[in-house]
Amino acid sequence: MYKKDRLRRSMMFVPGNNPGMIRDAHIYGADSIMFDLEDSVAYTEKDAARFLVYNALKTLNFGTKETVVRINDLASGLGVEDLEAVVRAGVQVVRLPKTDSAQDVIDCEREIARIEREAGIPVGTTGMMAAIESANGVLNAVEIAKSSDRLIGIALGAEDYVTDLKTTRSDGIELLFARCMILNAARAAGIAALDTVFSNVNDEEGFIAEATLIKKLGFDGKSVINPRQIEPLHKVFMPNEKDLNKARAIMAAIAEANARGSGVASLNGKMIDKPVVTRAKRLLDLYEAGSKADEVEEL
Amino acid sequence: MELITTGYAGTMESNDIMITVEPSDQDGVQVELTSSVYQQFGKQIIAVIRETVASYGVENALITAVDKGALDCTVRARVSTALMRSAKRSDYTWEVRQDV
Amino acid sequence: MVELNNIPHIDEISNHGVFAGAAEKKTATFSERYHQQNKIVPSLEEAIRRTGLKDGMTISFHHHFRNGDHVINMVMDKLAEMGFKNLTLAASSLASVHAPLIKHIKNGVITHIETSGLRGELAEEISRGLMDCPVVFRSHGGRASAIRSGDLHIDVAFMGAPSCDPYGNANGYSRDDDDGIACGSLGYARTDTEYADNVIIITNHLVAYPNAPWAIPEYDVDYVVLADDIGDPKGIMSGATRYTKDPKELLIAKTAANVIEATGYLYDGFSMQMGSGGASLATARFLRQKMIDQNIHCRFALGGITGQITAMHEEGLIDRILDVQSFDLDAALSLKNNHFHHQIGATYYASHMISAAVDQLDFVILSALEIDTDFNVNVLTGSDGVIRGAIGGHPDTAEGASLSVVVAPLTRGRIPTIVKHVNTVVTPGEMVDVVVTDQGIAVNPRRTDLKEKIEAAGLHVFTIEQLQQRAEALVGVPDPIRYKDRIVGVVMYRDNTIIDVIRQIDEDE
Repeated sequence: MYKKDRLRRSMMFVPGNNPGMIRDAHIYGADSIMFDLEDSVAYTEKDAARFLVYNALKTLNFGTKETVVRINDLASGLGVEDLEAVVRAGVQVVRLPKTDSAQDVIDCEREIARIEREAGIPVGTTGMMAAIESANGVLNAVEIAKSSDRLIGIALGAEDYVTDLKTTRSDGIELLFARCMILNAARAAGIAALDTVFSNVNDEEGFIAEATLIKKLGFDGKSVINPRQIEPLHKVFMPNEKDLNKARAIMAAIAEANARGSGVASLNGKMIDKPVVTRAKRLLDLYEAGSKADEVEEL
Repeated sequence: MELITTGYAGTMESNDIMITVEPSDQDGVQVELTSSVYQQFGKQIIAVIRETVASYGVENALITAVDKGALDCTVRARVSTALMRSAKRSDYTWEVRQDV
Repeated sequence: MVELNNIPHIDEISNHGVFAGAAEKKTATFSERYHQQNKIVPSLEEAIRRTGLKDGMTISFHHHFRNGDHVINMVMDKLAEMGFKNLTLAASSLASVHAPLIKHIKNGVITHIETSGLRGELAEEISRGLMDCPVVFRSHGGRASAIRSGDLHIDVAFMGAPSCDPYGNANGYSRDDDDGIACGSLGYARTDTEYADNVIIITNHLVAYPNAPWAIPEYDVDYVVLADDIGDPKGIMSGATRYTKDPKELLIAKTAANVIEATGYLYDGFSMQMGSGGASLATARFLRQKMIDQNIHCRFALGGITGQITAMHEEGLIDRILDVQSFDLDAALSLKNNHFHHQIGATYYASHMISAAVDQLDFVILSALEIDTDFNVNVLTGSDGVIRGAIGGHPDTAEGASLSVVVAPLTRGRIPTIVKHVNTVVTPGEMVDVVVTDQGIAVNPRRTDLKEKIEAAGLHVFTIEQLQQRAEALVGVPDPIRYKDRIVGVVMYRDNTIIDVIRQIDEDE
């Protein structure tokens, strides 16, 4: 069973036909691990990867990590069989690639619901997320984000998207519109907004700059392609001591005002607005969840 | 399930197992295993291979396996893939995980 | 005139008598003497003859040329050709390049072996019962103690040296030039040359006297033999030991560095040693960052030295290096060029008989093939029971250091690293303080002080049993190794008491 709200700072891509990487996927501290049946698997090995991921999900213990499988899109003719396997194997979230419209999500959800019914799994057990990878998808982001209750979030897939835009990836300016669209669509629907991968593993500085940017924009997290990217990413998302202290002071002032029976709280002579409280609470929640998530899990 | 042709699956990389399934005229399932962990896990790997082959209702087959330290779930996956390829079938019956 | 009888207490002062006149005054030039009074012997065969080596005696070698060594095979071929039998071969260690020894064992030239480790075909054959007399495995410290105490008496030491002068001052590099081969420190050779009855230096590179600095002084050397080929530079050392890029090793290394910081042993002026495994070496990188961030420096780094350590020395993070063995070319170059990179011998490194350098260690990071739930460590035999490793300084440093950290993946492929019982106990659990794997940390229950500190730093500590169970849940339970009764190896602890034995593997179907 998936959780709608959870920490999703990092989603690590794991090639679906690599048994060694699958078995070790959970040890690097990523919040979610995403087994890929799509782009990282050669066409002639699609069946092999499907069997491998299916058997791994059924047997291996990935602890408290969120398990995600990126299926092939339904139009490829492979997606439904992918769903047949991974829904039964108990994956928490299905990641649908190349989502251009709400209809793509609805079609996928219909298949998932059918499989759940046929398998005797309670309908609604399997979560979904949609990856938007085209200009059309970006323009349809709002309706995509609202198209299913199962959606835990929407994500940007930048490689196909920049090709569609007739540009290439550079300093990030080319993704600004897509990121803002996806972020706003996600927030309007009350789901997570997840950023694309940063593919140059050796450029840690560039990675941190991009992570800092998407965090500023408001994203919940980002896909990673190498374990080395996880720690720097989590560091970017970790609230700093100064912000934490301010948030704690705000929450203390609120508690104190409540104790006085007053609806108006103030800090350093300034009245505390409601959005300030919301932000402070979110920051403290993130800090707490982050501190816990980085610990080695109980066995 | 009837085996038609030779089916291969897996790789020679560590943590994987390379499986070759061939139709056989002889009675029974023959398994030839080479493994980097033969002494420690040879019996168990052969047992998993036989169990997987039997679950497909295949009674005669020659299975060649070259193991590089694969876990049981990987052995099952590779044998299944090779069997389906050998039978030229794609109608696998996926089963629900026990604790779902 | 000196009258001995007039000197009170003369019996107690001297018994050498009265000065009877000086020897003839030398007039030859230094260069002329050079040609007349050197120790160069025309051939290896002649040098062997002059030592008086006999059947049944003990010969020794060092392993500073690692898998590039050509000295042992060359000398053994010569000894076989000369008809020697029944020799004991005592090497500081042996590598897979030494497989040709198998034929000398089969034809009776070698009847006993002492070493720190064995690898490759020779190791496999010995595990299958090649030798009647069990191989004696000693740690580097244990070997030095055995030589010093006379337990291991060396009749002739055959020591390869990348540089030597005509009088026998020998070294692992040369400040003149290296002539293609350099191994850095000759630390293990120093104990042999100090105690052996006869020492033959075999060198490819004769340099002018004095070959200073030297590892081996001429007064410990009897003969010098020139040889075209003493080793393959590529096998002797790589250019630089690279930091691992394996994410699992990096994860283990990062955790190990965090553990060390949490225990309080990372303080300004600390001392350390790193094993040569990937995760162990990578720990240096994470420690380095902590040292820079916290503005602390290391007083000395000990042991087998790599380029990572020498780079930190050159950055000013490590004051002194005590080098018993240089693992890569960067380390060898540092030994040659850096004032405070100091060469030490095996005895001073790790012998339990003296106050050794290992006794001054704050922490050591070590590798392992297996660790059991009693914290015993095996670095000698593989999961199939076959010998494939070396004790090295494992037990010496584990005992010497105040904090011993063993780093290893929870499993290697399908082989569990954390097990209920190790195949071979090399380092006893009492000396192993913390185990760091990719899937959790375990602290020896004897060290409650450490557990509290590590947990206080926010790191989760598991029991070793939990780690063992996790490994088992992942890979299953391996079938037990089948052994025969016959003992093929005896493992000594560093005080040369017997800590375990290795049995012949049973391959019968």
